Amino acid sequence: MTEKRLTLALMEPPYESATSTTAFRIISAALNKGIHVNVFAYEGAVCLALKDQAPHANPVKGTTVEEEEHPTTRAFVSSLLEVGNGNPLLTWINCGLCVDERGAANAVDGVKRGSPADFLKMAQESTNTLVIPTR
Amino acid sequence: MTHYVFIESRDPFESRDTRFVEETATALKQRGDEVTVFLVQNGVLAARQNARDNSLARMAAAGVSLLADDFSLSERGIQPAELRPGIERSGIEHLVDVLVQDHTKAIWH
Repeated sequence: MTEKRLTLALMEPPYESATSTTAFRIISAALNKGIHVNVFAYEGAVCLALKDQAPHANPVKGTTVEEEEHPTTRAFVSSLLEVGNGNPLLTWINCGLCVDERGAANAVDGVKRGSPADFLKMAQESTNTLVIPTR
Repeated sequence: MTHYVFIESRDPFESRDTRFVEETATALKQRGDEVTVFLVQNGVLAARQNARDNSLARMAAAGVSLLADDFSLSERGIQPAELRPGIERSGIEHLVDVLVQDHTKAIWH
């Protein structure tokens, strides 16, 4: 059977809209089906994997950090990279210029640095490509 | 024949540019292509029977396949019985299956 590979271009920054969640769900579903996934994170999406993100307490509800279990996008990215660490393989590339602009170089383990040329290569090698833009 | 998949994430009551999806999907269907509109996030708000928006009904009548993401429906408290006729409850797994089929083009809106 021919191997399937899906490429996603993400642009939405974390904690902005439901789009990041949908993108994570697509990546997770594809990996669970044995489909290789490429992600090219562009613009604000490079911050999805930012290691400095910290979960927080909720003073409105009076919950602690532990009780709140606040989900961070960097934790989702790490989990997905763990699932896609071989076969299927998740390749996550952050746009280098976008990273530099945002001072977001401290990404979780497994995230690579690249350029739109990598996105072109990914798209050419994939079964299909889905671009998820910001509004 | 190409299979066009429109992933509609926008609420038609907030974004009038959802009209773009209706017009393009219908035109492609009329040209003989296979067309699916997958409603996700606030895009599912138009899927309710009582919603005063007829774009989905028009697309269904034109032969466009209409799917609504179960996770998005659940998040918004929309029960299966509340869906308009012609809209099928679906899931992200099905969307992935479609995306990796040959001759499929996906457009996020």
